[in-house]
Amino acid sequence: MIPAAFEYYRPKDMAGVLSLLEEHGDDARVMAGGHSLIPMMKLRMADVPHLIDLQDVGGMSEISVGADGIRIGAMVTQSDIIDHEALAAAAPILREAALQIADPQVRYMGTVGGNVANGDPGNDMPGLMQCLDATFTLVGADGSRDVPARDFYEAAYMTAREDDEVLTAVSLAAPTGGYAYEKQKRKIGDYATAAAAVQITREGDTCTSASIAMTNLSDTPIFSEAAGAALVGTALDDGALTAASAAMLGDIDPTEDNRGPVAFKRHVAGVILRRAIERAWSRA
Amino acid sequence: MKDEITREERVDNLKGMGCSRKRVEDARFTQGKGNYVDDLKLDGMLFGDFVRTPYAHARIVSINTEEALKVPGVLAVLTAADLEPLGLHWMPTLAGDKQMVLADGKVLFQGQEVAFVVAEDRFAAADGIELVEVEYEELPVIVDPFEALQSDVVLREDLVAEDGSIPDGAHGPRKHPNHIFTWEAGDKEPTEQVINEAEVVAEESMYYHRTHPCPLETCGCVASMDKVNGKLTLWGTFQAPHAIRTVVSLISGIEEHNIRVISPDIGGGFGNKVGAYPGYVCSVVASIVTGKPVKWIEDRMDNLMTTAFARDYHMTGKIAATKEGKITGLQCHVTADHGGFDACADPTKFPAGFMNICTGSYDIPTAFLEVDGVYTNKAPGGVSYRCSFRVTEAVYFIERMIEVLAIKLNMDAAELRRINFIRKEQFPYTAALGWEYDSGDYHTAWDKALKAVDYDGLRAEQAQRVEAFKAGKTRKLMGIGLSFFTEIVGAGPVKNCDILGLGMFDSCEIRIHPTGSAIARLGTISQGQGHATTFAQILASEIGLPADSITIEEGDTDTAPYGLGTYGSRSTPVAGAATAMAGRKIRAKAQMIAAYLLEVHDNDVEFDVDRFVVKGAPEQFKTMKEIAFAAYNQAIPGIEPGLEAVSYYDPPNMTYPFGAYVCVMDIDVDTGVPEIRRFYALDDCGTRINPMIIEGQVHGGLTEALAVALGQEIAYDDMGNCKTGTLMDFFLPTAWEVPNYETDFTVTPSPHHPIGAKGVGESPHVGGVPCFSNAVQDAFRPFGNTHTNMPHDHWRIWKTANDLGLHG
Ligand SMILES: Cc1cc2nc3c(=O)[nH]c(=O)nc-3n(C[C@H](O)[C@H](O)[C@H](O)COP(=O)(O)OP(=O)(O)OC[C@H]3O[C@@H](n4cnc5c(N)ncnc54)[C@H](O)[C@@H]3O)c2cc1C
Repeated sequence: MIPAAFEYYRPKDMAGVLSLLEEHGDDARVMAGGHSLIPMMKLRMADVPHLIDLQDVGGMSEISVGADGIRIGAMVTQSDIIDHEALAAAAPILREAALQIADPQVRYMGTVGGNVANGDPGNDMPGLMQCLDATFTLVGADGSRDVPARDFYEAAYMTAREDDEVLTAVSLAAPTGGYAYEKQKRKIGDYATAAAAVQITREGDTCTSASIAMTNLSDTPIFSEAAGAALVGTALDDGALTAASAAMLGDIDPTEDNRGPVAFKRHVAGVILRRAIERAWSRA
Repeated sequence: MKDEITREERVDNLKGMGCSRKRVEDARFTQGKGNYVDDLKLDGMLFGDFVRTPYAHARIVSINTEEALKVPGVLAVLTAADLEPLGLHWMPTLAGDKQMVLADGKVLFQGQEVAFVVAEDRFAAADGIELVEVEYEELPVIVDPFEALQSDVVLREDLVAEDGSIPDGAHGPRKHPNHIFTWEAGDKEPTEQVINEAEVVAEESMYYHRTHPCPLETCGCVASMDKVNGKLTLWGTFQAPHAIRTVVSLISGIEEHNIRVISPDIGGGFGNKVGAYPGYVCSVVASIVTGKPVKWIEDRMDNLMTTAFARDYHMTGKIAATKEGKITGLQCHVTADHGGFDACADPTKFPAGFMNICTGSYDIPTAFLEVDGVYTNKAPGGVSYRCSFRVTEAVYFIERMIEVLAIKLNMDAAELRRINFIRKEQFPYTAALGWEYDSGDYHTAWDKALKAVDYDGLRAEQAQRVEAFKAGKTRKLMGIGLSFFTEIVGAGPVKNCDILGLGMFDSCEIRIHPTGSAIARLGTISQGQGHATTFAQILASEIGLPADSITIEEGDTDTAPYGLGTYGSRSTPVAGAATAMAGRKIRAKAQMIAAYLLEVHDNDVEFDVDRFVVKGAPEQFKTMKEIAFAAYNQAIPGIEPGLEAVSYYDPPNMTYPFGAYVCVMDIDVDTGVPEIRRFYALDDCGTRINPMIIEGQVHGGLTEALAVALGQEIAYDDMGNCKTGTLMDFFLPTAWEVPNYETDFTVTPSPHHPIGAKGVGESPHVGGVPCFSNAVQDAFRPFGNTHTNMPHDHWRIWKTANDLGLHG
């Protein structure tokens, strides 16, 4: 469990990061909290001859909650998210989800940027951000651009980010209505067997909007537009829940692993989604 | 003379037996000041590590070390060809087999050691490993022992004669090239007859999956050969340092007095650190070759994938009974998967350990056990993971068979146990498979346990839950797990217990210092059990000096008396007895000194807590402190100066701790997630030396039991790839997954042990696994479940529900 030799850099600003990325191309990677990247390097599954630590760059550790929405710097840790009261008031699903990621030690190090940029289907925040229709800001040599979370993920570890771009922030409109992040895992610190992020609004007994995303049930997070649509206009009766579940099952494509075979995962995905919807509805 | 303090206070001051004395080890462990083998840094120390095969079964075509040797800092790369001239390319296993130190022509399991890279530091070694080029020719892989016994693929060509015949193994005839041994206990024909004629017979097949002890600290060592004085010092994570010394001497030819083995602090063993590993041999050779100390430390994946596993028993049973539930006979067959080499750590005469304790706590008149050991393309091992030799398997087997029989009889499983328990007055009790149980009072323990949890109330609640489930009002089922176990620990009497010919006695040597403090050294070695705390307590009560004034030292073969180490809950039963006996020798001499000082006859003084008093005149006394001083500094006619003693204790019998456990579990039928609502554990370990340490041992053992029952496994795919080589997938529970444990006890001393103690370290694991498993199985009993295999992780529980049609 010892990584291959690498050069370590700790630039003081974004310009320094970008010039290193430009210089070394494919051979360079940025590191945020390091809690996904370093294990991969130790297993020699990731070969990173030039490692660029983002810790000293600055300007990416703020959380702002305002009338124009929420902006979370890429270097904000999962623990920062849990501790931020204004954020928890504006988007409580973020705290609920962050509390189900890894364990406290990992959460002190693991960042939002690293979690969403990583591209590991097991990460919880990509699906969460898709549910919230967040936008990722990427900065590269040619300036900055915004990519919706729902368009960001292409395949496992493949995203819309170019090798020479850095993800600097996640922005989203403050969600309204009820929410739930429901996750089944084998133990604390484990990635999801199945997880569902749900935001829902209602007027009286009628559902007016629903956003649903699933985690670790395909090689990317799955934003299931059809599942949300199946709920809108209904009173969330059993038929609507069944329809949403069926729609979601049409969108996911889990594979067998140590957590269990496909049939089990599909069943649990349905159960987890149902529970998430019910909890979100009760809070809406 | 007038006493300032009462007798009670004098007793308290000793902190002797029965006192919840705080662990003296914890001051250093809780401050990160422990001294583990990887903390050791010696001048010029090198680091060695292995090239390991990615294939489970392959021939080695070639090994090219050229590029590796070019890595700055890499000094040498050892292969089997380098070890062969020394006769060290193979080594004996504890089970009478032999094992490759480095791949000799072929590999037999994924992760097997192929070459040893020696470098200036571990980073250079890691880079060197990447550059050793090994060409493999893949061979068909066998991961299933039943297939192995049918297959034409020979795993161990070295064990087949040139004419194709199969020579006997260490445990007798072998019936197939991949077969290791058949071992039998009990009477075959009478048992078959009982079963054929029985009113009721229940049958079940069960697989006790392969798992791993996974101590927090992995295995490792530092070997240092001093070429000037010819002495080899070997520090390592050894659960049996003296045995390691003898084995190293036998295989290396270095005289035993020139070898010093030191076990420093050990971060858990649980059986994983009993055997000898290629890393030890390669480090020694590398140190001899380079003249420098060489360190080898496993990483977590090495540890999980290649060092000794546990279990992997396929068990088939038949249990016969009358219609009323009185058990009349038991039959058990085991197909034991031992992996590529037979490296089990069992006493020589017991290739399946004490599996023949599988009649459990029940008065079963007739029984028969047969075990077949088999080679497969998996890692070797087969150690006792927190249990005495294969006792966990035995107890799991019988505690499942009882449940299966209860289902067949449509009887309550608690009642079925009660009517079959060995009765108090039957002890000492000779079981059908040969063991003589020393003492027990099972009915009392059982009744106490069932009362404590309100068993009848639980069953009523469970029945209501089933109704509610059937009515669609809940999706959670409730399981009540029962287990009553009898352990067999304290190996063992030299007449039938040895490992590699080394008798399984143990020892203690005591020196009292003139000012009334002491040091005691033992042949055992703590790995977290708290020996420095408890052995001082035994001595305090025996010799009347405060436990706080007694240092306990273990693990250095140059100073400690010879002993067989710590595993199988043997330290208290064997070395604890030696400690008491040595203490009594001290006391006997002290008595003579006291009598001299008090100017009375030897028989006119008697021991009282911390002193000898004149019989009938307790105001006339000499404290042990005073006696110690006199022993060294006063000329006493007819008595040698000094106050020392040594005892080598060969136990007359094993000890038989027992216990009654109950687990209450709620199971989410839709997700397969179990939630442990309650866990009650009553342990009877005989005399209780330190209740707090016992409680700690019970908590730890139950947690490992929970792990094994609910998810912890070493799993392979068809190609022999280990699927659970990291802690991401190998289930190691944390505080989060662990319920609150309720502990309780009864006390039935061992009649043959000097202080009546039986050992407790492993009981909670042995009894806990079937208890957790039975809880899962019991939840599904009302829906037709008789047995499902562990580990009961989410998907397997879900599958049980699914197979029973509970998902609609
Ligand atoms: C034991 C354990 C359990 C875990 N359990 C969970 C879990 O349950 N759920 C979960 O979601 N995660 C889990 N994680 C992962 C953890 O949350 C990670 O910390 C997180 O996924 C990545 O964040 P990081 O800051 O550590 O990123 P790093 O490891 O530093 O980086 C990860 C990847 O993202 C890239 N990257 C990082 N920051 C940026 C950036 N600003 N711009 C562009 N690229 C960037 C890196 O180059 C790298 O490829 C677990 C980790 C561990 C060790």
